[in-house]
Order: sequence, then C-alpha cells, then structure tokens
Amino acid sequence: MTLSPRNTLSLSRADRQLAAVLRLCALLAVVVVLLILLFLFGESWPILSHVPVWRFLSDDSWHPGQALYDMSPMLTATVLSSAGALLLAVPLGIASALFSSYYASPGLAAVYRRLIELLAGIPSVVYGFWGLTTLAPLLGQWHPPGVSLLSATLVLALMVLPTVALTAEAALLAVPQHYYRCAAALGLSRWSSLVGVVLPAARTGIIAGALLAAARAIGETMAVLMVAGNVVQMPHSLFDSVRTLTANIALEMAYAMGDHRAALFVSGLALMVLVLALVGLADAYKGQAAHD
Amino acid sequence: MINAHLRKALSKQTWQPAIRDWLKNTLATGLINLTALVVSGLFVWLLSDVVLHGLPKLSWGFVFDAPRNAGRAGGIAPIIVSTSWILLVAIAAAAPLGLATAVLLTEFTRPASRFGRCVEASVGVLAGVPSIVFGLFGNAFFCVYLKLGFSILSGGLTLACMVLPILIHTAVEGLRAAPDEYRQAAAALGMSRSAALLHLLIPAAAPALLAGLLLGIGRAGAETAALIFTSGYVDRMPGSWLDSGRALSVHIYDLSMNVAGGDANAYASALVLIVLLLTINSLAMALTQHWLHKKMIRL
Repeated sequence: MTLSPRNTLSLSRADRQLAAVLRLCALLAVVVVLLILLFLFGESWPILSHVPVWRFLSDDSWHPGQALYDMSPMLTATVLSSAGALLLAVPLGIASALFSSYYASPGLAAVYRRLIELLAGIPSVVYGFWGLTTLAPLLGQWHPPGVSLLSATLVLALMVLPTVALTAEAALLAVPQHYYRCAAALGLSRWSSLVGVVLPAARTGIIAGALLAAARAIGETMAVLMVAGNVVQMPHSLFDSVRTLTANIALEMAYAMGDHRAALFVSGLALMVLVLALVGLADAYKGQAAHD
Repeated sequence: MINAHLRKALSKQTWQPAIRDWLKNTLATGLINLTALVVSGLFVWLLSDVVLHGLPKLSWGFVFDAPRNAGRAGGIAPIIVSTSWILLVAIAAAAPLGLATAVLLTEFTRPASRFGRCVEASVGVLAGVPSIVFGLFGNAFFCVYLKLGFSILSGGLTLACMVLPILIHTAVEGLRAAPDEYRQAAAALGMSRSAALLHLLIPAAAPALLAGLLLGIGRAGAETAALIFTSGYVDRMPGSWLDSGRALSVHIYDLSMNVAGGDANAYASALVLIVLLLTINSLAMALTQHWLHKKMIRL
C-alpha cells in the first residue's frame, strides 16, 4: 500500500490516455463476439419465428424450397464422421505423443515434433484435395463410390491427429519427471509405468485436447466437403455418400434466399453452440489439469 | 496422487507373470514406433503426392500468368495478388487490435479484474468459432449489412476476426515472458508506463510478436470456408479493395470440385500454397525456438 497520493507507480496522464485507447481496442474484441452472435440470431430469426425448432429434426426431408427443413441426416453425418475421426485420431495421437516424449531419442523426437507441427499447418483444402484425388479413388476401387462417410472420417482423422498429438504431448511434459523415475525405480516396465502412472497423471490434459480435436472435426468444412460425396441421406454403411452440416452451408449459401438462407444460419448457430460447448468443456478440463 | 497411481500399478504388477509384462512392454514399444512410422509415412505420402503432381506444372509462367479457360490453363498471378491483399487487410486490421488487447491484458489490468476476464472469455470464444460460421457472419455483416459486397475488404476483415485470438494469445505470452525487472527498473527511474512499454517491453517481446504475426498469416492463408462467401470467386486481377478476389485456397477448391480437368493446375496451386505456408510456419517456429534459446542463456 502506498501512502503518498502520487508516486512513480501511479499512471501519468499519457498513460491514462493510452489505457483508455487500449480499453477501447479490447472492447472491440468483445464486440466482435457479440456481433457474431447477434447476426447469427438475426439472420436465423425469420425462420425461427414461424417454424418450430423440432421441425429441423422431424421434417420429412431437406427441401428448403418446399419448406421442408429436416437436418437430421446432415447432423448424423457430422456426428458420425467426427466420432469416427476421434476414434482413430485419439489413440494414434496419444501414441505419437508417447513416442516423442518417452520412446524416441531427443534428436528424433525433435524432428518428429516438427513434422507434427507442419502437419498441423497444412491447409484443410489441401487435405480435402488429397483425399479427393488420391484417397477416394483408392477406396473406390475397394468399395465404390469412394467419396463416402469412410473417406470423410479418414481425412478428418488425419487432420485432427496433430491437435491430439500436440496437446497430449504438452500434457505429458507437464507430468513431473520423478513420477516416471519412481515407477521405473520400483521395477515397473516402461509400458506399465506409462499406463499406470504417467498417463493417469496427464489424463485431464489429454481429454481437453481430445475435446478440442472434436470441436475442430465438427467445425471442419472444406476437407469433408471435398471427400464426403455430399448426398443428403441417412448413412446406412460406411460407404454411403453423406453431407455434413458444414458442407451443406458451403454448398447452398451461394444461391440460398429467404427462409432457405435463414435455415442455413440456423444450422450455423447449431454448429456454433455445439463447438462452443466442446471448447468450454475442454477449458474446464484444462482448468482442472492446472489445479491438480 | 502419485502414490495412489503407483500403488495401483504395483498391485497389478505382483500378480502379473513377468513374461506377460515383458510381452506387453515389447508389443507396446513396437506399436508406438509403428504409429510414428505410419504418421510420418502419411505426411510424406501427402506431401510427395502434391509435389510430384504439382512440380511438372510449376514454372515462372504459372506464377506470373492470368488463369485461362476457368483455370484449366494459364497461371495464378491475379490469385496470388488477391491472396496477398486479403492477408494484408486481415493483418493490418487484426495486428494493432491484437497488440493493444494483449498490452491491456498484461500491463494495464489486474488478472482478476472483471473487464480483463470478460475480454479473455471473448477471445476464448472467438478462438473456438468454426471457420464456416465466420463465413456466415462475414457475409451477413461485412457483405450485406455494411454493404461492402463480395470484396477483398470483406474477406480480409472476416479473416481479421478469425486470427485475432491467435495474435492476442501470442502477444500476451510474449509480454508476460518479459522479465519483471524491466518494469521495476523503469518505474524506479520514473519512466511512464507508455515509455517503458515502447522502449523496453515491446522490444523485449518483439520475436514473440513477430512469430505470432507469422502464425496468424499462416492460419489466414490456409483458410477457405470463411472466404467463399466474403471475398468471392472472381479470378480477375483485382482493381481495388472493393473488388471480389479469389484466394489461393478457394482457387484449389474451385479447380478440384467445379472445373472438370482442373486437377493439374489445382496440384500446382496446392504446391505453391503449401510451400508458402510451410515457409511461414517454419519461420515462426524457428523464431520462437531462437527466442526461447536466448532466454535460457540469459537466465
């Protein structure tokens, strides 16, 4: 507590002016979020005001021109492709993280980490393009048509793998070194030490990473748009062509008018809520990890 | 906590025959090494696929020519120009805003203050918004509400909203890493906060700020979904900010999905985009590493 009213720590006039300008700039960041929510609601309102919400899941089909707004096939495709991608990416990502933090030599680990970071920087449109020109024809030879729920799942898995691997590695690095050394000193093998001691200690961080990866998979547009085939239908097998919510927006926004456009904003709103719930959950886990 | 984990792990150990433990351990080592090999293999496969198909098409002519026949022939000169303009608008709008917000969060607010927490929460939300939702918002707000139409300005401003969280996050990290002695010495010498910021803290955090800037450019350059409905599809040379301009990533999407026979040029464009982004991202990583290294030596 300072006693004199003014001292070298109190803000000068120039400082107070600067603080005011900075406050204004920071406020703009808050305003952008509010604007996004406001405009999503505003553009969805024309249809939300006269079509009850459940009709977006219970109508007979997706024919916005005839006022039929069933989004359940697209929601199913989004959920299935993301869940499948996670099912593949989470074990592979954790194994990747274990490789670079406990199995590889320091030099090799650095190279491998760099490779994962570069993989994270490749644009989604390139993943989609590679899936369309290389992966889908390959799958098509095995089981036509190739562009399907399976190809979308595989490309998504490859895309979210770096997210899982990088967050899992950060969580593993945060585990104190003596945990592993204690376990090793007591005669546990490397694998038993990792499974019994290190991984449980890093659990919250790894779960947070997986939730972030789920958010990324659900929100991904370009890669699934290019490899999923984009037929609006309930998938009955892995080889059926599907259309996700994100792909639907990208495909139809160009010509959508009136209620159709509003319906696309409703799906955008739904996506945003879903993704933000996942990110919020991930943050809560991360907070818990910091607390432990 | 470690005691509980250890006790559990050890209790399993006692009834497990040694041979089974050895088998499990060996199997796990094999599988983990295999995973690393498979992931590296996939990376090499993807990269070599693009390089092998793209390289034959790539030439100075490809980079400096205008696209002809819907992009099947010709080059990508106007697309590179549009992409640069979009990135420039995005960074010009987001960088000052990001730096200002970061300075406010680190130097001018207490961590627990309500305003600071509110800003941090908004940045967190912004970081989670899917890119297609940014596209919807950009279309509704910049294109329609502000009447900017499908233009480089709309696209750039939409991307600015998207990269803002990255810029704020890296700038906050950089400023927080600046040693507190700097602040204390400045205060002891009677420097104002703004002078300390300008002459000590920002120069000290400069490498981190630059790395953040590069990461932001990398993220913006990779974006497609947010641009389709904001900066549009037109592949002519843009005359002004208010013209529609096609970004490189949108060009790849359009050539591969909507133009039959566009694959060859799509590969070459993808190669150009990947080389640009990998360079930018590697630069950002090298910068961060160099900066961390220097800090370690000083400590």
